[in-house]
Amino acid sequence: MNLTLILFIVLAAVAVASAAGLLVSRNTVYAALFLVLNFATVAVFYLLLGAPFIALAQVTIYAGAIMVLFLFVIMLLGSEKLPRGLVLPWQRPMAIVLAAVLLAEAGFLLFQRLRLTATLANPEASVNTTETLRTLGMTLFNQYLLPFEVTSVLLLVAMVGVIVLTKKEKGEQG
Amino acid sequence: MNQTIPLSYYLAISAVLFAMGTLGVLIRRNPLIIFMSVELMLNSANLAFVAFARSFGVLTGQIFVFFVMTVSAAEVAVGLALIVIIFRNKHSINIDLMNSLKG
Repeated sequence: MNLTLILFIVLAAVAVASAAGLLVSRNTVYAALFLVLNFATVAVFYLLLGAPFIALAQVTIYAGAIMVLFLFVIMLLGSEKLPRGLVLPWQRPMAIVLAAVLLAEAGFLLFQRLRLTATLANPEASVNTTETLRTLGMTLFNQYLLPFEVTSVLLLVAMVGVIVLTKKEKGEQG
Repeated sequence: MNQTIPLSYYLAISAVLFAMGTLGVLIRRNPLIIFMSVELMLNSANLAFVAFARSFGVLTGQIFVFFVMTVSAAEVAVGLALIVIIFRNKHSINIDLMNSLKG
């Protein structure tokens, strides 16, 4: 039982518990904060995996930008709590059964079919952070330059689309 | 401290988070929480990507995760705008009311 494994188990417990909190919390704001906690623990997983760039991008993009947008919309719409409408009686048990089937299927595929019992490659060679970042930047801006630029166009299209969607027509009552 | 965690542990936690995201999409009736569950699923897929990238010693997985993050940021912006418009039209965001394409 080494230190890294203890850290992993604690983080996994926090991640699963915060995902469960997202599923059961009645208040949407609490659900969003649970999701922020989940993203933060996954960021620490990335650090453990030797991916500091992805970890920091996770914190700034997901836990920062995306969740702030979520909280903003939740509070804008005032939809912290929805009234309980008519509920299909079989929906919840059916959903739990389907999710359990999905989990069993994924476990079967990963651990029976693919026999993924291998440990991570060269565990002794600790990841050189500076070198990794340098290689990542070189790969991103040389080999993957076109997808990178397409991504910027995609973000522009999304931005223009959102502005067009939410713009009020002239004379329309808001 | 040098000993690392097996790849299968990361894949297991990724699969569990993905299944919980699916469960959230299926059982919740608030579209915002459904959307957050979709984010949870994307995030678990990212975790599997990074774990495989570490396992095979290549950086392509991390670059793909970067692209997934930007796409999901764009997707969240558009999706939340749609939710705002639906709220403006129906004065509620209950998922049961969204049963016709014609507003």
